[in-house]
Amino acid sequence: MPEIILEARNIVKTFPGVKALDGVSLKLRKGEVHALVGENGAGKSTLMLTLGGIYRPDEGEIFVEGEEVKFDSPHDANKKGISVVFQELSLVPTMSIAENIFANRQPVKALNMVNWKKMHEDTRELLALFNLEHLDPSTPVNRLSIAMQQVVEILKAISFNPSVLVLDEPTSSLTENEVEQLFDNIRKLKDRGLSFIYISHHLKEIFEIADTVTVLRDGMRVCDADVSTIDEDFLITNMVGRSIENMYGQRGDVPIGKKVILEVDNLSRKGVFEDISFSVKEGEIVGLAGLVGAGRTELGRSIFGAEPADSGAIRLGNEHIAPRSPLDAINAGIGYLTEDRKTQGLILDFSIRDNLVSNHLRDFTSVLGFLNEGAITKFAEKSRDDYRIATPHLGQKIRKLSGGNQQKVLVGTWVGVGPKLLIMDEPTRGVDVGAKSDIYRLMRELAGKGVAILMISSDLPEILGMSDRVLVMQGGHLVGAIPGNEATEENVIALAAGTIEGEVNK
Amino acid sequence: MTWLKKIVKQREFMIFMIVAAMFIFMTFASPYFFTIPNLLAVMLGLSLEAIIAVAMVHLMVSGGFDMSVGSVVAFTGAATAMMLKSGMPVYLAVLTGLIIGAAIGTFNGFIVAKVGINAFVTSLSSLSLFRGLTLIVTHGQNIAGLPKSFKLIGQAKVAGVQTPIIIAVVLLIIGDVLLRRSRFFRQSYYIGGNERAARLSGIPVDRMKILGYMLTGLFAGISGIVMTARLGAASVTAGSGMELRVITAVIIGGASLNGGEGSILGAFLGTLLMALITNALTLLGVDVYWQTFVIGATLLMAVLIDTLSKRNR
Repeated sequence: MPEIILEARNIVKTFPGVKALDGVSLKLRKGEVHALVGENGAGKSTLMLTLGGIYRPDEGEIFVEGEEVKFDSPHDANKKGISVVFQELSLVPTMSIAENIFANRQPVKALNMVNWKKMHEDTRELLALFNLEHLDPSTPVNRLSIAMQQVVEILKAISFNPSVLVLDEPTSSLTENEVEQLFDNIRKLKDRGLSFIYISHHLKEIFEIADTVTVLRDGMRVCDADVSTIDEDFLITNMVGRSIENMYGQRGDVPIGKKVILEVDNLSRKGVFEDISFSVKEGEIVGLAGLVGAGRTELGRSIFGAEPADSGAIRLGNEHIAPRSPLDAINAGIGYLTEDRKTQGLILDFSIRDNLVSNHLRDFTSVLGFLNEGAITKFAEKSRDDYRIATPHLGQKIRKLSGGNQQKVLVGTWVGVGPKLLIMDEPTRGVDVGAKSDIYRLMRELAGKGVAILMISSDLPEILGMSDRVLVMQGGHLVGAIPGNEATEENVIALAAGTIEGEVNK
Repeated sequence: MTWLKKIVKQREFMIFMIVAAMFIFMTFASPYFFTIPNLLAVMLGLSLEAIIAVAMVHLMVSGGFDMSVGSVVAFTGAATAMMLKSGMPVYLAVLTGLIIGAAIGTFNGFIVAKVGINAFVTSLSSLSLFRGLTLIVTHGQNIAGLPKSFKLIGQAKVAGVQTPIIIAVVLLIIGDVLLRRSRFFRQSYYIGGNERAARLSGIPVDRMKILGYMLTGLFAGISGIVMTARLGAASVTAGSGMELRVITAVIIGGASLNGGEGSILGAFLGTLLMALITNALTLLGVDVYWQTFVIGATLLMAVLIDTLSKRNR
């Protein structure tokens, strides 16, 4: 049996409110590709960042070639031969390929002067690994495509001569050809004795490139296996397999209306999503599932006019609309809760009260243009009670609230607009269980009043628990539509990961 | 000819071409332009700003910004003059003056990097603080009657060239080589380009930032002392408005307020361009009030061209 190059034992990592890793162990053999899979929030990234020296584990040990190590920084991890390729690019856009690869490690001559010639030669050598000899090492990386930038990032990691290379969703921005190229290179490096930890949502890739796999769920290791002895069903079952508590409530007595509120016809935005057609009825909650990067948020933002679509039609009620800006969409009766409440949704240094009315101030404005402060306060007080916002006073700054309370305020501001259609992007991300069930209850109430809800979510239990219908996107296309009572974690994951083909009936 | 293409793509090349065009035009437009006394006068005029620009480029490359340099010029000049008047030996007074400049820079840097206050606000406060302090310690009076050996720092000539020019050229050359080639100073480009990536690469970000402000203070101190020596007196209004001219030149030279870009050669060409514009307008007999306007237009043009060319690629 080949030697174990990296071992993690009983790693525990807690963040305020979440146990991200709960006693996870992992063994990596020399020269193997070890895949790490799990749903969003299962702890893959935390484990990776812990092994890469960015996080320090609260408990547990890490061994490199049998010797216990403690990392204080990614630098320490590099020195022990562990290199991490980050999913978010960590390049300096204004600097050259060569200076990015050899960041702060440029070869030097006398007086600590950079040896440009040697650095460019070394860079060319690395570029040759990926058959990119034609690239000039002095090209600034901001002139490269995203895929090329990713390659530079990988080369940077390889330049440390690591014994373990951690790749976090390395294919998320690559085309098929580039993925093949990447896999060829992984195999090449593997033959040289390099070991890989490979994180991916794309289950197909795992069977193509990985030797072994560890499945994580809710911060715990569920199982590990040789890839040759398992199939996709095995992975999916192990990734999912949890009991769903009934915090989602039941569809109320009011049935879904007959009236179609939103109808989207062949909507496309170049390079982002293509030919999307679906509808949402009065009082219906439609869940939009898919992997990160499948184009769900972008679709939502196009319907909301934030980044208008290139072609296709949108109908709201009986009217054709073509929102060119969020203001157009709001005027037409669309509300949009962003997935990123802190930077796009709320004004953090404003009070709860001021945030609650920020997007419909005109409802409180007199003919002369003055604000009716009394009416605003009344509205804010009502919202606080309706949405169970826990706060000593409405003048509290949003920044000081918990994630759950912030999210409730965000819901309040958009319900205040009086939308016919409410698009909710990751409505419960980073929200504790109590606030979650409050938000679900609110969604049920809104639907009961006839609001059409399009819920974009990466949280599968939420998709299954809330949706009257589940739409699945993959790679910019709508690949499936499943009635809520037929949707299971298995068929949604399989559609999202592109392992089965679905049907789209509008 | 790839090296030629590479040179043409550089921001410095664009300004160099503009400067060259002005040279050619002015040589024909005015008989006084291409004469050694006039060119030396241009260089002398820009030397004090160029000294500060050396450190300012490095600071702005790392994403920093310093509005207080003009006040530091005045304060170090006044402090040095007062020490000289009290009978302190020249070398000691100059050294102390430089330390004061560096200390003010470190103070700014500490507030920006460690306390986390915005660089614009921090240095705007320092601008008032040290201009005010200059007025307080001098009671608003200029300080004249400085020792001859001190005045030599700004008034001596080597082969007909005044010392401020020599000091500026030496600092420009050393600075350009270091910022271009030394691994240590290259760290600032990483910090300005992507601070997170810089930290991940093991660059001591806070320390480098503070160093950037310290050097800016130090170089403003050098400029202040040279100016005092050249004038033979410390003026309480010395250096007012200098921060804007230095920052303008640095930006014309290719630096960005976002950091990660810029070179000392570019900043020198920027200062040279501004000095040439002033010189040309004077020689051509254009109303002096136009000078500031033309410099504003030049800055806007340089930044527009840069932004538009980046958008197209």
